[in-house]
Amino acid sequence: SPFTIIREYMRFSINPEMATQEVQPNETLTNLKAESDTLKTKLEDERAKLHDVELHQVAEKVDGLGQFIMKTRRTLKGHGNKVLCMDWCKDKRRIVSSSQVSVWIIVTFSEEHAVTMPCTWVMACAYAPSGCAVACGGLDNKCSVYPLSLDKNENLAAKKKSVAMHTNYLSACSFTNSDMQILTSSGDGTCALWDVESGQLLQSFHGHAADVLCLDLAPSETGNTFVSGGCDKKANVWDMRSGQCIQSFETHESDINSVRYYPSGDAFASGSDDATCRLYDLRADREVAIYSKESIIFGASSVDFSLSGRLLFGGYNDYTINVWDVLKGTRVSILFGHENRVSTLRLSPDGTAFCSGSWDHTLRVRDRGYIPKGPHSQGEG
Amino acid sequence: TSLAESPFLSVRDRPEQAVMLEMQDPKTGVKSQPQKLVITTIPHAITGEDVVTWLANRYTIEAEEAWALGTMLVAFGYIYPLQDHKRLVIKPDTSLYRFQTPYFWPAQQWPVEDTDYAIYLAKRNIRKKGVLEMHEQEQYNSLHKWMNHKWDFIVMQAKEQYRAGKERKKPDRTVFDCQERAYWIVHRPPPGTVSAMDYGLERMVDPNAEEVTGQSRVCVCVCVCVLVKFSITCNKHDPFLAPCLPSNPWVTDDVTYWLLNMANVDIPTKMRVERWTFSFGELLSDPRGRDDFRLFLKKEFSGENLAFWEACEDLKWGTAATMNEKAQQVYKTFLARGAPRWINIDGKTMEVTVKGLKHPHRYVLDAAQTHIFMLMKKDSYGRYLKSPVFKDTQKKAIGPDQHRFRSVKRRPSISPIIVRQQEKEERARMATSGPVDITQVMSKLSNKGKEVPPPKK
Repeated sequence: SPFTIIREYMRFSINPEMATQEVQPNETLTNLKAESDTLKTKLEDERAKLHDVELHQVAEKVDGLGQFIMKTRRTLKGHGNKVLCMDWCKDKRRIVSSSQVSVWIIVTFSEEHAVTMPCTWVMACAYAPSGCAVACGGLDNKCSVYPLSLDKNENLAAKKKSVAMHTNYLSACSFTNSDMQILTSSGDGTCALWDVESGQLLQSFHGHAADVLCLDLAPSETGNTFVSGGCDKKANVWDMRSGQCIQSFETHESDINSVRYYPSGDAFASGSDDATCRLYDLRADREVAIYSKESIIFGASSVDFSLSGRLLFGGYNDYTINVWDVLKGTRVSILFGHENRVSTLRLSPDGTAFCSGSWDHTLRVRDRGYIPKGPHSQGEG
Repeated sequence: TSLAESPFLSVRDRPEQAVMLEMQDPKTGVKSQPQKLVITTIPHAITGEDVVTWLANRYTIEAEEAWALGTMLVAFGYIYPLQDHKRLVIKPDTSLYRFQTPYFWPAQQWPVEDTDYAIYLAKRNIRKKGVLEMHEQEQYNSLHKWMNHKWDFIVMQAKEQYRAGKERKKPDRTVFDCQERAYWIVHRPPPGTVSAMDYGLERMVDPNAEEVTGQSRVCVCVCVCVLVKFSITCNKHDPFLAPCLPSNPWVTDDVTYWLLNMANVDIPTKMRVERWTFSFGELLSDPRGRDDFRLFLKKEFSGENLAFWEACEDLKWGTAATMNEKAQQVYKTFLARGAPRWINIDGKTMEVTVKGLKHPHRYVLDAAQTHIFMLMKKDSYGRYLKSPVFKDTQKKAIGPDQHRFRSVKRRPSISPIIVRQQEKEERARMATSGPVDITQVMSKLSNKGKEVPPPKK
């Protein structure tokens, strides 16, 4: 209402004349609306001037991070094909990974190859919270759940349960807080929430204007929302209960390949084909940081935070991994080693290591190496 | 063909083209000179080390990164190697390269046509029979099969191009052949060649954006300060920023860190207990923290609040089929008049909830759950942190010393399937033997040296 705007305007005491102007009884609604629109714009401008601050400015006083030397602890080569996706089990030791031709569960810590399932172009895979099932899908437009077995010779495909059905490829999937529900995103432009047991569609999410490429669930303490990113350059935040898009961010200049919540749930990061990663604050409702460098000209495919949210790891299409200081906006490390695109990257559940998967057929697990105790820990490796 | 239309897309669509134009600047770009290659002299050849040096200076980056960037330019086909032409990498030495002509730059919107490839292979076949490599021969045969209907056209085009090529001067022809060969190595890579033109699925973009208006906003200053504060608070707990105690299992192969932090250990570590003080959410999401809190609430005779919250979570994330039954159970246990674990919520919320329960859905208890959550967060949580229960836990918490000794061998870990079975058996035993302190039971299991996950709540 125009009256609310005028009151707000008074708080900022920008133009005392306008603030105290009485509304004449014969002023038409149109005039009032036009006036309120002008005031609204002026208000936004003034607000922006007063509070326009970048994250790195606030973080100026924070200690810098120093040198980082990461060590590769495991190089897993069994896929024999482009690795497209991976996810950690909550036990912090196992991962599920998918490639163009198979899904593979590996006990990375002791390097046991648990089980392989033949599948085609599995673009998405996820571990169930219980560690007793995995979900995957891709060009078949479906997401299926496979209960795992202790018997290494058992044919897992026989027990497979089709849960989600989209009308185009499955790009990402994630279990919610239990094994009973799955959230999916698809090339058909929608996301959906499914009941695993019955295959029932619980909620669908419409709003993207193109393929949805990624999603991430908010940390459970912060409620029932998730964020998705798409080829329409938008990152949308959704209410799982109502199916409504409650926030939308459009500052990227190209497809958003990956989204991940900041550990507190107050913000999320995105990685895009425009070669940048960005940080969006949910309560401020805007972008608050951009992670880019002139020498980085190829897209970021996959992003994830370290446990404290201080580091953002990005896997890129130029075969490298860049590690960013989230608060200061600078790059603290660049990692080589993969011989083709990095397609997927996740930190382990307790943040002790991260795993990257690549089109070079390998998965690599890396950590920071031995860190001496003390206030200014430097990497030693 | 599409090639003729492609090259000069805006720099925004193809940022690497800007790099290429800069690199070829006669004054400030990479030095080039004619080089003798076999019997011909190739004009404007550059060395790998010059390219890497130029990139390192231009972008103020280290040599290794400049090398990686240079490799990308080769992998995309903007620069091509004159020697060892099937390896699309830049070698930071005197190896020779050339800038690819814009005619052959990667085109964004138009996929490379099989017809063009067929013409190229046919042309090479005409020039000299048997010159095609094995993978090329295979491709040629396969193209011949499914393009059979237009094979005459392809052969005609190939002959035309061959004839036109013969009319060029020898040096020009050599250069063009190099360029063309390089183009096809990028777009139809031989086995073992990694080419950056390999791409994933076609992505469809259909323009019809929907506007979503933002809600009420909080001042950016405040939000950004919250982000900074969170990160700093958690700094010591981040294994990439501070040492895991006693050691990071990935570094030393010693799993003590994981064993000490299992879901239901009897005695938690100091670091873990500290995290419970960061926020109520942190306390609740750690099963050991939640158990401690539960013990405290029991002593205050307000355990039903947490039990209700857990029942709500169970309803929200449970199977659709069990919804009705669970909702009814919750009503009987917590909400009905005279219920055994009656929870104290305000009249309005109770009214809304009971009404909703007539037609239950998984979010029917939302209002009540939020109310109870806020009650615990604003009231019980603060008292818990000051309570003897918490202080006792805090005092007993373990603070292991750091070590860097490598473990002799990596212990294999137990399958989560076995763990879940054990947990089920334990529950069954508990159910028959009457009320037992769950913390004791689970820690007994973990003390047996087996790893136990949190009980499913």
